[in-house]
Amino acid sequence: MTLDALVAERRIIICAGSGGVGKTTTAAVLAMEAARKGRRAVVVTIDPAKRLADALGLGGIGNEPERIEGDWPGEMSAVMLDTKGTFDTLVETYSESPEQAARILDNRFYRNISGALSGTQEYMAMEKLYALHHDTSFDLVVVDTPPTRHALDFLDAPRRLTHFLDHRLYRVLMSPARGMMKAVHVAAQSFVRSVSKVVGAEVLDDALAFFGAFSGMEEGFKERARVVLELLDDPATAFVLVAAPRRDTVTEAHFFADRLADAGLGVAALVVNRIHPLFTDDPVAQLESRADDLAGTPLGPHARNLAEFTAIARRERTHLEGLAKTAEEVALVPFLDTDVHDIAGLEHIGSFLFASDDTPTERRSRKRG
Amino acid sequence: MPTKRVNVDPVRYFTNARLVIVAGKGGVGKTTVAATLANAAARCGLSALVIDLEGSSGLPRAFGLDRIGYDECVLRDADPQAGHGEIRARRITPDDALVEYLDEHGLKRISKRLAATGALDVVATATPGIKDILVLGKVKQLERAAAADVIVLDAPAAGHAITFLQSARGLLDAVQVGPINSQAKDVLALLTDPSRCRVMLVTLGEETPVNELIETAYALEDRIGVHLTPVVVNAELGDIDGLDVDPSKAAKAAGVKLRRGERQAFVEAADFRRRRRSLQIAQAERLADALPLPQIHLPFCFDAEIGPTQLDRLADAMIGGIGAIDAAAVGLADLDQVAVHGAGAS
Repeated sequence: MTLDALVAERRIIICAGSGGVGKTTTAAVLAMEAARKGRRAVVVTIDPAKRLADALGLGGIGNEPERIEGDWPGEMSAVMLDTKGTFDTLVETYSESPEQAARILDNRFYRNISGALSGTQEYMAMEKLYALHHDTSFDLVVVDTPPTRHALDFLDAPRRLTHFLDHRLYRVLMSPARGMMKAVHVAAQSFVRSVSKVVGAEVLDDALAFFGAFSGMEEGFKERARVVLELLDDPATAFVLVAAPRRDTVTEAHFFADRLADAGLGVAALVVNRIHPLFTDDPVAQLESRADDLAGTPLGPHARNLAEFTAIARRERTHLEGLAKTAEEVALVPFLDTDVHDIAGLEHIGSFLFASDDTPTERRSRKRG
Repeated sequence: MPTKRVNVDPVRYFTNARLVIVAGKGGVGKTTVAATLANAAARCGLSALVIDLEGSSGLPRAFGLDRIGYDECVLRDADPQAGHGEIRARRITPDDALVEYLDEHGLKRISKRLAATGALDVVATATPGIKDILVLGKVKQLERAAAADVIVLDAPAAGHAITFLQSARGLLDAVQVGPINSQAKDVLALLTDPSRCRVMLVTLGEETPVNELIETAYALEDRIGVHLTPVVVNAELGDIDGLDVDPSKAAKAAGVKLRRGERQAFVEAADFRRRRRSLQIAQAERLADALPLPQIHLPFCFDAEIGPTQLDRLADAMIGGIGAIDAAAVGLADLDQVAVHGAGAS
């Protein structure tokens, strides 16, 4: 399926890839193209580069979508993920009473983990996705995933967070209230003493108070995580893998594609940013021997320069070969003279992703060759 | 007051602070720079230890090895004849550091059980920053033990680097007593002492990484109080003399006949290099305007892999770059003062 078709038809597009490969920009370009096709799209970004954020009108720290004005028939909105704000909202939603919510929100341990707990950002990105998907003002939600060290974290995050919230250890610690076996409780107490020796009693007290206050809400969180994960499996959801042609990010992208395949999900498209252009079809070896022959002559510098850049451009394409097979569609975006920080910049990137009269030819040739 | 220009002596530079934390946005070549720094120190006759946190495969590959483990290994032997020091490496993972920490605090028995039940994860999660502080605590141990003349820490990618280094301050607030608190205090003392620890920030000559470096630099100084070394601008395209000459004219002068399509390819490739090069120069200048730190420029490697040969070339470029720094520009007083403190402490 082409990227054109994806932004025209799908309801959810998730952009994944390692940090620094241009995920945020790609996500914004996809949402913008949907707006150009008359759809109402919202892009959820996570920690965008400042100038891009300014361009998208995300200067303030809002957890609610902001409309981006542009010359298109549809609508484009953007929202910057506020992990803590989203977590707070969830707590308010699932608490049985305003008092319970307040107890949790005021807890020092909660204040610490709500922004920092590993997997929280990923979970909250999914939560935001779920909420926006069910918001009738949007036809398409594009999500820019958190820059996790390993792309794997993204799929695992909801499970990890609910596992944490529902950990056996804390259930044991809460045991008197739940009538669990006394022996277990004694063991747990000795464990608690050991742990508090290390981390300090007050930390543990805060933690226990948190889990106490949280009690009863785990099920709600787990259920929500399950429903959110189901969305990933929905035929209306597409994964777009974003990569740079560097070896390390290609390796990570492979890893992610495999992980998606394990989960029964496919990569709908691969977007490769910042690829070196190819200036010639001549083989590298030929260019290098030409450069060697011409070394020392006035033409030497040109021959060397062309050989060097062609070697890189070819190598990048070799790195990408295996990866390209994992996706139905591959789009290459070359090095640009400036970074993207306005609508015009997004449109320029778009010209490499979507079919138009002046579609770059390389995009097509990759599928052939 | 204008003074005579004094350049920085690389050996003095490398021994200025034993621990150098290399940090930068993903994709800027942080690991390569960490390896280069270690290699450059070794080529100045010092011993170097590289600490890897993320299991990066780039680090061992740069030295022609497959992998490195939690136990220390030699990346490159000392070469007394060439006057090169030894380069070693080791990994530190939070889990290993936590188990080691518990063992050292008389909790060996429960550390096994903690690990087996998965409770270890919960404990670590229950105390935000504890993993980071344990890793940094281990690094501090190595620094105190003078495990090498230069210890290079390949830090997590930029945004994470701030959180990572901030863990000490954060934990001091959260945990007011006990071993973790004293660990955090010790780590903070290390991070804020310029005679023991400095942070080397890495960027590319491109807009977004430069912006991020500037933000990171101020965040690190203001929020954590660490001291920065000159910044590294990585992967700079060198100038090639003669690219400005039109290929047709150059061919005529060389008495060579251009092949079909060759002229256009030459022109486009030369154009591309010129454009990228002038962007890099502009960004390095912008960085210099925004951040009053000297810059060390490392060349772009056209080779397929950063291996031992490339690493030597990069190390020499780094030594050259350090040697070219005007000591007055870093604040000669600063460097002197630091050296004096360093000498006094040891």
